[in-house]
Amino acid sequence: MTDMTSASSPATGKAESSKAKTFHRKVKNYSRYERFWHWSQAILIFTLAFSGFTVHGTIRFIPFATAVMIHDIAAFVLIFLWLFTAFWTFTTGQWRHFVPTNAGLWDVIMHYLVGMMRGQPHPYKRTLSRKQNPLQSFAYFSIMTVVGPLLWLSGLAYMFYSFWEGNSGNNDIFSLVVLLHLIGAFLMVAFVIGHIYMVTTGKTLIHYTKAMITGFEDMELTEAEVTYLETHEPDRIK
Amino acid sequence: MANFAFEGRWPLDKTSMRPGLATSALVVLSLLLLPIGAASAASGDALPHSPLSPEAKASLQLSGKPAGGTADHSRFEILQQDFKSGPEVTKACLSCHTEAADQVQHTLHWKWQTTNEATGQTLGKRTVINAFCGNVASNEPRCTSCHAGYGWEDMRKDPPSEPEAVDCLVCHADTALYSKYPTKAGHPLYEPITVNGKTEMPPDLGKAARSVTNPQRQNCGSCHYYGGGGDGVKHGDLDSSLNQPDKTLDVHMNKDGLNMACTACHAGSGHQWPGSRYSMEAKPTTVARDGEETKTAKIRKLDQLASLMEPSATCESCHSNRPHDGSDLMGIKLNDHTDTVACQTCHIPEFARGGVATKTLWDWSTAGKLKDGKPYKDMDEHGHPSYMSEKGNFEYGENIKPFYAWFNGETTWTLLDDKIDPTKVVEINALGGSPSDGKSRIWPFKQMLSRQPYDMETNQLVYNHVFGKDDTALWTNFDWSKSVPAAMDFIGKDFSGKLGFVDTHMYWPITHMVAPKDQAVRCTECHAKQGRLDGITGIYMPGRDTFKWLDWIGYAAFGLTVLGVLFHALLRIIFRNRKKQA
Repeated sequence: MTDMTSASSPATGKAESSKAKTFHRKVKNYSRYERFWHWSQAILIFTLAFSGFTVHGTIRFIPFATAVMIHDIAAFVLIFLWLFTAFWTFTTGQWRHFVPTNAGLWDVIMHYLVGMMRGQPHPYKRTLSRKQNPLQSFAYFSIMTVVGPLLWLSGLAYMFYSFWEGNSGNNDIFSLVVLLHLIGAFLMVAFVIGHIYMVTTGKTLIHYTKAMITGFEDMELTEAEVTYLETHEPDRIK
Repeated sequence: MANFAFEGRWPLDKTSMRPGLATSALVVLSLLLLPIGAASAASGDALPHSPLSPEAKASLQLSGKPAGGTADHSRFEILQQDFKSGPEVTKACLSCHTEAADQVQHTLHWKWQTTNEATGQTLGKRTVINAFCGNVASNEPRCTSCHAGYGWEDMRKDPPSEPEAVDCLVCHADTALYSKYPTKAGHPLYEPITVNGKTEMPPDLGKAARSVTNPQRQNCGSCHYYGGGGDGVKHGDLDSSLNQPDKTLDVHMNKDGLNMACTACHAGSGHQWPGSRYSMEAKPTTVARDGEETKTAKIRKLDQLASLMEPSATCESCHSNRPHDGSDLMGIKLNDHTDTVACQTCHIPEFARGGVATKTLWDWSTAGKLKDGKPYKDMDEHGHPSYMSEKGNFEYGENIKPFYAWFNGETTWTLLDDKIDPTKVVEINALGGSPSDGKSRIWPFKQMLSRQPYDMETNQLVYNHVFGKDDTALWTNFDWSKSVPAAMDFIGKDFSGKLGFVDTHMYWPITHMVAPKDQAVRCTECHAKQGRLDGITGIYMPGRDTFKWLDWIGYAAFGLTVLGVLFHALLRIIFRNRKKQA
């Protein structure tokens, strides 16, 4: 069960040679709520993209009215999920995983462009306190601070246009709102495609997917970490 | 103080006691008459509209005012006579309804003339040119058969001023008992007449007078259904199918449902009511004169009755401007449309739905052709005339999807003195409105296509003398070179003699024939490319509109992302063995 391999420095996440002992163990990296959040958000985003691009006229598999209803309801559910998750993220300290960092970002990018093809190992070793590599943090942080708010805010303005537009006949601002919403939608679609592809770049094609379903993932741990988890959080380690 | 107030309300001096005495006498008299009336009702003499007949009471349409009940006109002594003429009947009516004639003579129904405050134009049948028969002047006895009076024989003069010239019966009598004759300047027949071997009998005016009640759809329809020369020809949303409509044809007039008379919506007082298309409310207000918002339709109705608010014949008067169920997401979404889309746009998916066709095209330029020196008539496959020597070529249609346009309620007419550009289609009543003025909404119209006569020298539309047994009328002589000069001469206008024909559009707002809600226009019919509202500009419509190149940038970004991912995957496959070597 416990493998001894080269170690990594928890501080930087960069692979370094060290003489410290490390252990390969299955660790529960994604809590039940995190997995619920991830997958329900995934379903909602697909639903929103499908219905949204129907409303926009790009695709036509379901009637316009149905698409509008689905889009509006899904949007409200997703907003609720987001607000609750924001609360959860801050109260549980999970927000730390999402703080972007430049350290190692370039290495990770170069790995995906070149190193990967050469069969080199991933330059970033994930740790208990830092589940995401710098590129992931950067991408998720952008989604959460730019694309997400752009979509939700423009979407709410779009949805409630009769409250602010009133009787003014101001169609230009309405068009702008729609445009911003559409730009957000395209960015989100691009992100989702990239995200789904990156999921296949783990040790196996389904490594990351499996992790997000079961919650457990192979991690390299120090002896202290193993001891800590086995003592205080036995459920998190196999 | 109390005493003074009491006196104010009930003056007890002797002079004002007299009406009271008279009233008592009338009550006694009517009590004496009651058995006679009841007997005559029992013997089957009760007229169709008499409040004595319970079936008749049940069949009366829902009017703006409840049908009296305190007076049975069939029992009025003054109406028990053998009237010789329409004006004689009116005189009898006015003996009780002292103000009625004066009221009528101040309305558009009487004057056929109105000044449009927004454009300053003088409009009304007396002056405008329409895309159907054209003009009234010089064709009076035919056209004024739809004047609400008797004997207006010259458009150059005001309508007759004597009170007895008002026709009470056309609006109030049972239409089975009374009608105006088509060529007698508003009079009914007084003598039997034989036309093409068929003898028509004059109406029994006494019987007609005793049948009066609040106007039924048939009354208004006797003129408004037949505008343009035949059933349903002109409006497209008003024809005789509305006499007995079912729910699918019109939810309000549904004979088995609300059975509303025209005046249920066109509800005014003093013989004046709202709803003229010469100046419409495209985006009705729900604000009363004091600037307060009327919160419910009931308050609005009361405010209108109390003159605290302009009477209005709009959907919003009863249904408000948030008419859909606001506790339901779909209802909220639909309510979001009311700022830009008129109710009629969705709720009248098609007009001419009652089995009566409406005229959609009228080409006057071909009129006058003869076969063997005689006028002739061709019929289309549905039995509608497609050519008549008198009138030219026609097209008719049923179940027609409306034409849609931004509309602020105002129309600018091309009148006799206005210059036209004959190289373009002339707008007979150009629709006012724009997407950004805050006053317009998207409205449905019947768009009438016509080809009409004009003076090629002056580039002005001309009047035409069509009706009359003389040597110039077009329908008698089939000669344009006589009919147009005769009409222009009649009104004292110059005509160069160079007659041309110009294509015209005329717009008829569609507002009747409201379908049941489950038959309203589907969202997808407009929120789609090449949908119903394809021609509507100035607004972003989800499902119809895109941002053109910005959309393409989005799709390109999508495509490039997919390509990038595929390329990366391909490289991974190509270099998959490197991992083992490493």
